[in-house]
Amino acid sequence: MPQLDFANPLLLTQVFWLLVIFGALYVLVSQVALPPVARMLEERATAIAADLERARALKAEADAAMAEAEREQARARADAQAQIRATLDAAKAEAVQAEADLSKRLAAELEAAEQRIAEARARAMAAIEQVAVEAATAATGRLIGVAPDAAAARAAVGAVLAARQG
Amino acid sequence: MAAEGKTMDALSQFELTPIVAGFSNSNLYMLIAGAAISALMLIGMQPRARVPGRLQSLAEVSYEFIYGLVRDQVGHEGKKFFPFVFTLFMFILFGNMLGMLPYAFTFTSHIAVTFTLALVVFILVTVVALAIHGLHFFSYFFPEGAPKALAPLIIPIEIISYLSRVVSLSVRLFANMVAGHVMLKVFATFVVMMGSAGVLGLLGALAPLAINVALVGFEFLVAFLQAYVFAVLTCIYLHDAVHLH
Repeated sequence: MPQLDFANPLLLTQVFWLLVIFGALYVLVSQVALPPVARMLEERATAIAADLERARALKAEADAAMAEAEREQARARADAQAQIRATLDAAKAEAVQAEADLSKRLAAELEAAEQRIAEARARAMAAIEQVAVEAATAATGRLIGVAPDAAAARAAVGAVLAARQG
Repeated sequence: MAAEGKTMDALSQFELTPIVAGFSNSNLYMLIAGAAISALMLIGMQPRARVPGRLQSLAEVSYEFIYGLVRDQVGHEGKKFFPFVFTLFMFILFGNMLGMLPYAFTFTSHIAVTFTLALVVFILVTVVALAIHGLHFFSYFFPEGAPKALAPLIIPIEIISYLSRVVSLSVRLFANMVAGHVMLKVFATFVVMMGSAGVLGLLGALAPLAINVALVGFEFLVAFLQAYVFAVLTCIYLHDAVHLH
């Protein structure tokens, strides 16, 4: 077995070079190769932590904005509701008022019309009396040739009219 | 190197040959392993990208793997031993893996190499234990609460078990690598021997060939596992040195 051939001087020089190479590798690895890896991993860990922190902050901000928007929306909806109610009430009141006005005006107009009718009737009545008196005077004159006294004729016509009118 | 004629020669692959005077092929592969490790770590970390590429990932994964191992096994005080354990693990891993290449030399198959590495670990552990605990370190060889009467029995056993760490550490790695490479060579020789024995032999050569394919995969596992075991045991010994039990 070549590994146990201690007569071979290469077996000892092998160990010597092993120590030299391993020692050099240790120095190189510990002084040159590993620190950048450690720095890199550290750097990445802090970067990731910072990113996570920022993401958390942004999320909190977004949540706050969302809540604010929701509050705003609720308030706007309430405002709109109130406004609609107020407008509706005003319109209703106005309609009631208009209806009242209209009925009042109609009542007044009705009254006026009735009054006018009564006046016209009175005037017509008065005119009939005049015409009847004249007709009665003329008819009497024609029939008996004597023109009756105007007052007597009016009294007679008035009595007839009063009887007619009941 | 291969089977010459009909002889089986599984051990010549472990032969040391000088590259230059006093510098053997084994040392050449140590140098290649060291260069490959340095290249992986230095070139791999060159981009310094926050999202690493393949080589940088490999360098970082190696770092974090061993860092986690040292942290878990040794504890917080183990941080200063991390570069050593890292170098040790990578050196053995690359030695084992380079040995899987055809025509390459496996320096971890030499007991002189593994024993030297184990001795370095042993000396480091003992020096660390003495530096931290002073003479109190020797209480390690007599567990607290054991009956005083058993001291003549327990102390030699503990000392022997402490010293045998070097042997178990070095022989485990050495034996695994030798056994694996001998098996690969033996089955490869079978393939050649049977393959040169006509049509029937060619068919028969399929069996050792299939075994060799499986063995190569298995040997890659062993190559990693043995480097890992070496590193884990080093960490456990360091833990003992730092905490004494």
